[in-house]
Formats: sequence, C-alpha cells, structure tokens
Amino acid sequence: MDAATILSAGAWGAGAILSAGMFFGFVRLVKGPTLADRVVAMDALATMAIGALVIVSVVSGQALLLDIALAMALVVFIGTIALAMTIEKGIFK
Amino acid sequence: MIFVVAALLVLGAFMMFLTGLGIYRMPDVFTRMHAATKASSLGVALLLLAAILVFRDPMVLTKSLVTILFIFLTAPVAAHLLGRAAYARRTALWEHSVVDEARGKIATAEGETVGRAD
Repeated sequence: MDAATILSAGAWGAGAILSAGMFFGFVRLVKGPTLADRVVAMDALATMAIGALVIVSVVSGQALLLDIALAMALVVFIGTIALAMTIEKGIFK
Repeated sequence: MIFVVAALLVLGAFMMFLTGLGIYRMPDVFTRMHAATKASSLGVALLLLAAILVFRDPMVLTKSLVTILFIFLTAPVAAHLLGRAAYARRTALWEHSVVDEARGKIATAEGETVGRAD
C-alpha cells in the first residue's frame, strides 16, 4: 500500500465516523427541548464542521482551508456567547 | 508516518462522534455541555495535529497551533456562559443529580437567586 491509499482510507473512515456524530447532533438540534440544548448542539455541530474542514484540507492538500477553520472557530465563539446572553436575559424562551 | 496521520484522523473523528453521541444521550443541558465541550476540543486538536504532520509547513504549524489554543481557551468560556444562562433561566437539572453547587449563587436578569427548593 502506498502513502496516498492509506491517507485516503483514513480520511474516508474519519469522514464516515464524523458524519455519524453529526447525525446525532442534528437529532438533538431538532428535538430540543430548550433553547440552551439547541445552542449546545449547534456549537458542537460547528466544531464538527471545523473538523470536517480539516479532514478535507488534509486529503486535498489545500492548506488554505485551515484559515477558514480558524475563522469559523472565531465566529462560532461569538455566536454562542451572543445566544447565551439572549437566553440569560430571557429574550427567547 | 502516514499511519500515524491516518490514525490521528480516525481518532479525532471518533472524538467528534463521541461528542454527537454525548449530546444525544445525556439527560440534561449541563451534562450535554460536558460532552460537547471536552470531546470536541480534543477531536479538533487531534485532527489539526494530523494536518501539521501532513503539511510540514511553518505556516500550517503556526495556524494550527493558534486554532488549537483558541478552541481550548474559548470552548470552556462559551460553555460556562451558556450553563450560567441556562441555570439562571431555571432549566431543570436531571432528577438523579446529587449535587447543585450553584444553588443560591447565580442571579437571574431580574436580580433574584435561583436553585432547587430542597
């Protein structure tokens, strides 16, 4: 087996496992029951999307995708904090 | 070397899977947050470590380390704020919880402290 085959097999396996995790995350996002549950699920799903970006970056050899992952981590943090503040103030139930 | 990279990819993705399974299976918001924060931080760190080993480029090394550091710093802060907000809005704890150390210590937006009555 050459290096590209092993890397590709590892990435396929990683993608499949990650997709299974994202499925469970989406189930929690839909089921709720409170807004805080949905925000937790959204946060975890965004982190999984960052992981998916890194996997794609490793497979395709596009190092630029890691910049997008960093930017996404920044945006997700701000979004989670903003939603936490709206929950604390009781703007959404 | 390439085996290490493939193993890191699979292990990182497995940590992400544990995150998803945790937020699906855990009984209340606070335990779900426990699964979502820690396992996903470790998963991203392992995947970025695989990227560092594949690219072997100083730019990638720096950016990946910054991303890992940023996620390790911000995930606990975000979970803390979210848990605080959920507690202040009187989100119910799991009925088998044995300890509630925040009782009487967190105030709502209206200024009253919250916690279980018992």
